[in-house]
Amino acid sequence: MIEVHGLSKHYGDRVAVDDLTFTIKPGTVTGFLGPNGAGKSTTMRLILGLDRPTGGTATVNGKRYRDLAAPLHEVGALLEARAVHTGRSGYNHLLALAQTHGIPRSRVGEVIELVGLESVARKRVGGFSLGMGQRLGVAAALLGDPATVVLDEPANGLDPEGIRWIRNLLKGLAAEGRTVFLSSHLMSEMEQTADHLIVIGRGRLIADTDVASFVARASSGAPVRVRSPQLPALADAVKSAGGSSESLEDGALQVFALTSEQIGEIAAAQQLVLHELTPMQVSLEDAFMDITKESVEYQHADTSPTDVAMPISASITGAEQ
Amino acid sequence: MSATTAPPLPARSDHSHERVTLPRVIRSEWTKLWTLRSTRWSLLLAFIAQAGLGPLIALIEMARWSHLTFQDRITINPIDHSLGGWHLAQLAIAILGVMTITGEYHTGMIRSSMMAAPKRLPVLWAKLLVFSVVVFVLMLIAAFIGFLGGQAIFTQHHVNVALSAPHALRTIFGAALFTTATGALCIALGTIVRRTAGGIALFVGVFFVLPGLVEILPSTTANAINPYLPSNAGGAIAQALAQPNTFSAWGGFALFCGYTVAVIAIAAGLLLRRDA
Repeated sequence: MIEVHGLSKHYGDRVAVDDLTFTIKPGTVTGFLGPNGAGKSTTMRLILGLDRPTGGTATVNGKRYRDLAAPLHEVGALLEARAVHTGRSGYNHLLALAQTHGIPRSRVGEVIELVGLESVARKRVGGFSLGMGQRLGVAAALLGDPATVVLDEPANGLDPEGIRWIRNLLKGLAAEGRTVFLSSHLMSEMEQTADHLIVIGRGRLIADTDVASFVARASSGAPVRVRSPQLPALADAVKSAGGSSESLEDGALQVFALTSEQIGEIAAAQQLVLHELTPMQVSLEDAFMDITKESVEYQHADTSPTDVAMPISASITGAEQ
Repeated sequence: MSATTAPPLPARSDHSHERVTLPRVIRSEWTKLWTLRSTRWSLLLAFIAQAGLGPLIALIEMARWSHLTFQDRITINPIDHSLGGWHLAQLAIAILGVMTITGEYHTGMIRSSMMAAPKRLPVLWAKLLVFSVVVFVLMLIAAFIGFLGGQAIFTQHHVNVALSAPHALRTIFGAALFTTATGALCIALGTIVRRTAGGIALFVGVFFVLPGLVEILPSTTANAINPYLPSNAGGAIAQALAQPNTFSAWGGFALFCGYTVAVIAIAAGLLLRRDA
């Protein structure tokens, strides 16, 4: 259980995290989403006691991370930035971490096997590939067999094989009933693994919802795809019913502002034949883009005109530096 | 997989006895110290310097005996000449001290360290303790080797002294103590500046540049300042022959330890307060 209440972090004038409140329930996989620079990493660092909050609290199982007697047993974390001395071997890195808690050497061997690093564990980390480094990070996170795992952009920079490995790992962790808190700036991975989503933009909470309602929220007003041998007549009927439409390249019609039910009824009333009637579901990716875009525009409403004129992506990535 | 349908946690072994304690953090820091190649090389270099440089100087002096003036011969100081290696050993230990902590900041390891021991201060105490004990033991052995080796060579022209000679044992222990305290000071400097180059520059500035700057001041001012310079205060204990304008051996070393404790206190405060 991770509880974040009124959490804020300012770096000088820059507000990285702004009054965030959310709860990660035990036994769920929660996706933490937001564009680059939205404050995801900072929020995770605040939860893990690496950064001091400017305001508010972040607790793990009811305690601040700094007050945990055995933190590695409660939360395992994989940070986005590397956190390993390059001159040490993977085995010795894990051993040194294990010794702070009195975790036995046998467990070090276990996690090395778990992430498939047996062949390189005695080599210096400096020579590791990105994928191997990520596996070592996961081994460190699982060292204390924690019930909660926090992962910051675990798929970043990995090749397809590495991404598949991370995906299977997440499924495995979830299947074991662990609480997983996973950040990403991409939606595609979340679609398959997350139960719940926390979306932030510019350090503020945008959505705290389950995946289905997140998609539904963005899908309201989504178009309906229609195929019919009597398309021109159907297009006229749609128009007179208050909808609009446009022809697609494959000969189908895309109808806006009407539900599939309404279109079906219109077609029946006009005795038009339908070959297809498909409500278009917005993908999680589109829903995410849509909702974060809204938030950024809202944010701009209360800033100066020069800010509004600045391209959105530039202002967000600029803030991260 | 909502909260209601979540399967029970896997059967996990009992970890209740596995919590963070200072002795465990010390064990971890012991492992960290010995599992880096740079540590082993630096310690070896410091050991060779402290144990070997004195005897080497003695060898040169004995080989050139017939060329030495009477004045040269009577000013041979068998204690200081056999223990002079600490000047070089201290440099190696200072750099290693800075790097024990800045190496963690540079590579990001500090984040792993802080997440494993989130109270943070135990990490600093453990680093100071492990490093100080290792350096003191190694430097003490090396100083004895340097002294005894040097005296064995000095017997050639009977300028050797025994361990029981005035100041001999104090200087042997003093060389090891000064080097050790310098290492501890440098861990604290590294914690404060968090960059290897900056930490080493600070050490060099205080130990080598500052004395040079004081030298160019008017002599009365310089003489007033000189005893308080860290290098002079701490160096007194590692030299048998008292230098002009310095405190006594133990008094000077006490002052140096005071400086070290003050810098450690600043480092501890910053470590607690700053983002890792």
